[in-house]
Amino acid sequence: MSIKLESVSKTYQLKGRKVEALKETSLEIKSGEIFGLIGYSGAGKSTLVRLINLLEQPTTGSVTVAGEDLTKLTKHELRQKRQKIGMIFQQFNLIESKTVYENIEFVLKASKFDKKNRTARIKELLELVGLGDKAEIKSSNLSGGQKQRVGIARALANDPDILLCDEATSALDPDTTKSILKLLNRINKDLGITIIVITHEMEVIKEIADRVGVMSKGEILEMGHTYDVFSHPKHEITKDFVQEIYNFEVPNQFKATRENQVITIQFLSENAEENYLNKLYRNFDLNISILNGRIEYIKDQPLGFLMFQVTGKEEEINRLKSHIDQTNGIERVGYIG
Amino acid sequence: MDSFSQLWPILYKALLETVQMVSISIFFAVLLGLPLGILLYITQHPLLFRIKSLNSVLGWVMNIIRSFPFIILIVAIMPFATWLVNDSHGPVFASVALSIAAVPLFARLVESSFNGVKDGVIEACIAGGASIFLIVTDVLLPEAKKSITQAITLTIISIIAFSATAGVVGGGGVGDLAIRYGYYRYDTLTMIVTVVVLIIIVQIVQWVGDRLANRAEDK
Repeated sequence: MSIKLESVSKTYQLKGRKVEALKETSLEIKSGEIFGLIGYSGAGKSTLVRLINLLEQPTTGSVTVAGEDLTKLTKHELRQKRQKIGMIFQQFNLIESKTVYENIEFVLKASKFDKKNRTARIKELLELVGLGDKAEIKSSNLSGGQKQRVGIARALANDPDILLCDEATSALDPDTTKSILKLLNRINKDLGITIIVITHEMEVIKEIADRVGVMSKGEILEMGHTYDVFSHPKHEITKDFVQEIYNFEVPNQFKATRENQVITIQFLSENAEENYLNKLYRNFDLNISILNGRIEYIKDQPLGFLMFQVTGKEEEINRLKSHIDQTNGIERVGYIG
Repeated sequence: MDSFSQLWPILYKALLETVQMVSISIFFAVLLGLPLGILLYITQHPLLFRIKSLNSVLGWVMNIIRSFPFIILIVAIMPFATWLVNDSHGPVFASVALSIAAVPLFARLVESSFNGVKDGVIEACIAGGASIFLIVTDVLLPEAKKSITQAITLTIISIIAFSATAGVVGGGGVGDLAIRYGYYRYDTLTMIVTVVVLIIIVQIVQWVGDRLANRAEDK
């Protein structure tokens, strides 16, 4: 279901002071896509995602989900609507005294799901998240990854059209994160559920987000297809996030001069890298030594970075640079190096 | 009193009176205090049913009742208690004041029992489209079962302590026996025996309460 936020903003009153958690923002999320919001803590992404199920009331603006303005619903209607918007959390937020089964049963009770079919439904959900044998285990006895799987099963129990993920993998180790992201990807593909992920981890965005918004200080700085945003970052913060995955740094002792420079280039396709480098060696009278190189897949599309040091005549270096600039699929990256 | 045989019938009667007063009072403390405690909690919680004004008024009333020294509370509510039970002395009469004192105590304890439930859990329930009623009955109460059991234990013990003062209105009970015979009449035997009996009662209540609380958690 498509989600439309129109000129929403959120201002809190904190000890008489006004705190603007979210500046006026408009955003449309298409049905069936995985939309990511990335930002450091305090960027306002938690507030933004909570506007979608109205856990937070917007100070201004409207929230439309599948054509319905949520701010205009009665309490009862809103509750029913929320059953169609699943949500999972960083701290999982399971009911500790209940078993896995009872935790899922709770939301089925909330939707008055037919009693006779509950057991079958819960079994089906647990199979989906890979916890078929854990129904009777008390939720406090599960590992973090298992808890999040129960959280996902609970969020999916009432056949939602939308799944909101609030830092859903931030409390998990890298391997568990990967497996949860895989599960989310599968849910998106198989069930056609629109997913909104908020996170401070690039890992999450590059694995699953079709489109991404980069947030800072209560606003979305830039937004677009994930690959485009991270191959051509415009804002400092976006560049920081790219830098975070590639982790390229110019060696400390390096001092740039006209005859001695560090150049970082990015490849927008997979195989170009090696051939291209050979070409450079052959065609330029320069000393080229590689400092760092890495290919990452952003939503299954490769984005390679290569950092090298060139020494030689200034004119030759300039010729190299303009050669790079004229080559398709390869770009110089100004902000690294 | 010179011997235990003389003391026994009086002590037995006092024990029954104590049991009667405690039973009536804890019954009403839970009956009224539990919903009040829930109301106190949900009216302050931003995700549940926040009504600041109602919460302040409720809290204010609870605090006023709890501020009264028990003996003054007894005297202050005498006309009301007389009207209510159609009597002006005895354990049932004393139970009115005891209940009134115990309700706000228990309500506050219930309110703080819910603080053990993480806000995130409540948020998840709201996000799942659950009603406040379902959240209270199916999440808050089961999650707080252990601390509510402990709150009942604590309230019973407080009522036993309060009930010593109930002698003023002829409530009787073990505590009253200790004061009237042991203290006013310098009757050392009665004093010692009644205090020992009170110690034993409190220990038993605490022990049973702890057992039940642990079982509530293990479930």
